[in-house]
Amino acid sequence: MLEIHCPYCDEKRPELEFAYAGEAHILRPDAKEQAAMSDEDWAKYLFIRDNVRGEHAERWWHNAGCNMFFNAIRDTVSDKFVMTYKMGLPRRTPAQIEKARKAKS
Amino acid sequence: MSAFRKSGRGHGVGTKAVSFSFDGQSYQGVEGDTVASALLANGVHLMGRSFKYHRPRGVVGAGSEEPNALITVDCGTGRVTPNVRATTQEIYDGLTVRSQNSYPDLKFDLGAFNNVFSMFFPAGFYNKTFMWPKGFWDKVYEPFIRNLAGLGPAPEADDPDVYASSYGHCDILIVGAGPAGIAAALSAAKKGGRVILADENPDLGGSLLSTAGVEIEGQPAEKWLAKSLRALEKSDNVTLMPRMTAIGYFHDNFVALSERLTHHKKTQPGKAREELHRIRAGQVILAQGGIERPLVFNGNDKPGVMLASAAHTYLNRYGVAVGKEAVVFTSHDSAYHAAFDLADANIRIAAIVDARDAPNASVIAEANRRGIDVKTGAVISKTFGKLRVSAVEVYEPKLGAKTKVGCDAVLMSGGWTPSLHLWSHSKGGIKWSPALSAYVPDEANENAICVGACNGDFGIAEALSAGNKAGGGRKSFAVTEPEFGTGEVFNSLPNYITETKQKSFVDFQNDVTEKDIKLAVREGFKSIEHVKRYTTNGMATDQGKTSNLNALEIASKAVGKPIEKVGLTTFRPPYTPTTFGTFVGYRDGELFDPTRKTSIDPWADENGAVFEPVGIWRRAWYFPKAGEDMHAAVARECKATRDSLGIFDASTLGKIEVVGPDAAKFMNLMYTNPWSALPVGGCRYGLMCRDDGYIYDDGVVGRMAEDRFHVTTTTGGAPRVYRHMEDYLQTEFQHLDVWLTSTTEQWAVIAINGPNARKLIAPLVEGIDLSPEAFPHMTLREGMICGVPTRLFRVSFTGELGFEINVPSHYGRAVWEALIEAGQQYDICPYGTETMHVLRAEKGFIIVGQDTDGTVTAHDAGMSWAVSKKKKDFVGKRSLARPDLVADGRKQLVGLLTEDANVVLEEGAQIVDDPNQPIPMDMLGHVTSSYWSETLGRSIAMAVVRDGLSHMDSTLHVPIADTVHKVKVVKPVFYDPKGERLNAV
Repeated sequence: MLEIHCPYCDEKRPELEFAYAGEAHILRPDAKEQAAMSDEDWAKYLFIRDNVRGEHAERWWHNAGCNMFFNAIRDTVSDKFVMTYKMGLPRRTPAQIEKARKAKS
Repeated sequence: MSAFRKSGRGHGVGTKAVSFSFDGQSYQGVEGDTVASALLANGVHLMGRSFKYHRPRGVVGAGSEEPNALITVDCGTGRVTPNVRATTQEIYDGLTVRSQNSYPDLKFDLGAFNNVFSMFFPAGFYNKTFMWPKGFWDKVYEPFIRNLAGLGPAPEADDPDVYASSYGHCDILIVGAGPAGIAAALSAAKKGGRVILADENPDLGGSLLSTAGVEIEGQPAEKWLAKSLRALEKSDNVTLMPRMTAIGYFHDNFVALSERLTHHKKTQPGKAREELHRIRAGQVILAQGGIERPLVFNGNDKPGVMLASAAHTYLNRYGVAVGKEAVVFTSHDSAYHAAFDLADANIRIAAIVDARDAPNASVIAEANRRGIDVKTGAVISKTFGKLRVSAVEVYEPKLGAKTKVGCDAVLMSGGWTPSLHLWSHSKGGIKWSPALSAYVPDEANENAICVGACNGDFGIAEALSAGNKAGGGRKSFAVTEPEFGTGEVFNSLPNYITETKQKSFVDFQNDVTEKDIKLAVREGFKSIEHVKRYTTNGMATDQGKTSNLNALEIASKAVGKPIEKVGLTTFRPPYTPTTFGTFVGYRDGELFDPTRKTSIDPWADENGAVFEPVGIWRRAWYFPKAGEDMHAAVARECKATRDSLGIFDASTLGKIEVVGPDAAKFMNLMYTNPWSALPVGGCRYGLMCRDDGYIYDDGVVGRMAEDRFHVTTTTGGAPRVYRHMEDYLQTEFQHLDVWLTSTTEQWAVIAINGPNARKLIAPLVEGIDLSPEAFPHMTLREGMICGVPTRLFRVSFTGELGFEINVPSHYGRAVWEALIEAGQQYDICPYGTETMHVLRAEKGFIIVGQDTDGTVTAHDAGMSWAVSKKKKDFVGKRSLARPDLVADGRKQLVGLLTEDANVVLEEGAQIVDDPNQPIPMDMLGHVTSSYWSETLGRSIAMAVVRDGLSHMDSTLHVPIADTVHKVKVVKPVFYDPKGERLNAV
């Protein structure tokens, strides 16, 4: 069972308090953008997801804890969390991820 | 004292006699004995029959790695445990155990004819042979195989015992309390962190208990051990956990351990028998030790043939001689020291047969000094004896000599295998060590370290210093011990007997021989994982602890690849067989899967309801009266509700309170309907989509205030709807000032339906004008009912005049009973979910998840009216314009009337246009809901049909089993299409 650091509680908690919530940083287009979007682009927004081997940006929900959704970088090869950060913060850069990796090991 | 008990030996046993029974015969052992050591002390080696060939078998090992000596422990009804290793079951007065896989008895076993015909049972035998005739498998072959092959029978009665489970935390978890683990605990204890030292055995000490004549820091090893354990016991920050097997190592240093609490005592009803510990550790130190490898030679499975280290352990831990006269067969120096120690205990060493041409000079010199005959470059080519080894034939290929040597035990050693099981569970890397001819740990994946023999650090001095260092110390230990020495690994031993006539076992428990592995490779299985599955090598309950490396050596030679290129099969938890009880723990019986019940549920129970599960809720299905079946009860409930008055427990409806200045804006985004214009006190049917445009949930929503909505969801949908809302609120719609609260369990909901509904509640309600003008359909009011506060909704899921009375949950039953009593004058009828389903279907109200399936849009369901055309955005809006969702050929919701009014269609039945078309037919859709309608005196059904709306009034067909039903397509509203009954006075 993984240990996951909730950026809102600022605590490591066991995986069973959390639920996976899909890929992160997929912004929902607003009404104007939706109207202007082609069907293909809208289908991409709905259905097309990365299938990353390595560092995957994804969302988790601390549903049995503080009830907050947050972002995480998880390595899909080792199944280890590299870092977690609050919802609304921009996508982490490779440099930030590398720094977090180093801080962990 | 038993014939084979040695005085002056036995670190782990006392002197108190203990009697137990094996196969109905009484035996005596001493306190601290296992079944295996006590039987050996009585000269009994034959302990079981093998899995496939029913060959007589004795112990091979002395610990949890034992492949052969599996027994059934019988502690009475429900307390029968099969496949327990005799080497780990401690004895106590009155213990009853049995051998397995033998009939009529262990010494004369009928199944042993498999052995005579064993040339017909090669690898893959079952796959190859029992293929035809086809019908024979389940009637002839399978019962035959099941009778003959196999382990102990599964217990027949429910297990009455309690199993515990707990969570634990520590800074350092040390697995294995041999010299490495103890040294690690001693130095870690000084650092002050919380330390747990766990070991699968009842006594801590590991290999120190198996040796004699070793000195640590100038004192005998047993004294050093006792002193160290006392020191650890005294440390407040150290917890010692014996009888505790680490069975699995999971992410982030989460280790599962199974503790045997009462297996070594008489049954104590009510006391936990085993306990599962889930321990999260800061660091894990693995000190699991190593396991000696058998040698693969012809006749190596005869009772009396065992690992040299096992014989050594029986002597020093249990004070038991495994025989009077032993032959040692080895390719490693370590067996010499075992032999010398046995010789010191007056067990005659008839010969040491060393497969190596030039073993270490020092061990040869010591053997010569003791007058022990050593044959180098030699092998055992066959063994004699039926139920116990009586002699061996020593073959010296270079001389061509064959010598028969009498003995009653053979001690074998093919070198040592570090135990990598837990390390591999943790996804730690491994690498091949040519020096050890074994895999050893490589890079760690978790904060873990291997020390001692499991890291390839053999010898007590090495283990002690590695353990000490891992625990944070810098000490080296002065140890007097025999040199561990070196060995050589043979991937095949020479023999003059043709291979087909040899029986050289690799996996004793699954009866896999060297031939089988070579055959698998010849037949094209090159990957070690395939060889494993085809031969079943390593797939028995011992998971190949003694066989994997030997199998790998043989396969690598047969494949013609170096062993490190062949790879190792995967280790998976659990490390040793674990009972289901341990995994289940407290989650048994009622706690296995909790049942959610409403506050009105006890009334339904007392009044004869039949229940059905809805998600994890238990709901009243129908309320049969004496002599009624379901059909009769539902027909009566439907009629009573339409004619006068029905009462229904709707408490399971999901409820979410949506509150805040932007509540209406949020509702506008989450539901397809418009909400801004809904007045306070108004209700509206809400339809929820996902962004892909498909129906996700529905329910009536009431506006309690400008900034407050009382949202209801389907019973099963409550958690996902809440999550869906939270997700959007926290991520996409962060600008909205809204709070969400799940209130499902705050409210008991009583639905009152029927022409007399208003009359019933009128005298009980205070503070609400119930008149149709003041309180029209689809509105809600707050007031009091039966003296308690209520949110009273005027809504209807039946088409009758209806109210949904929300009261705080703990008042649910009292209000329900008051209504039942007041309703007697109207013949009030409690009804269950089945009647609710029929009544709503008569009105064509959908149930999300039954009439929809995740690919149905609002338009498909005939509910375009619920979708706002004015709103610029809501979840699902853009998708409603997707080409696939507006294309022709979509399945649409329709009603079906069978030509024969008495036919009730099967839900799920397929619908076709022309029933005479060739199979496979073009299927237009399927029946989603189907009932007998007592009100209409005929059957009704709802269905999704391709372009259903364009088929209106036409005839389609539903072919089932032997017949075809004609159905007419109609609008899915069967009763009171104008909705006049809603306003009945």
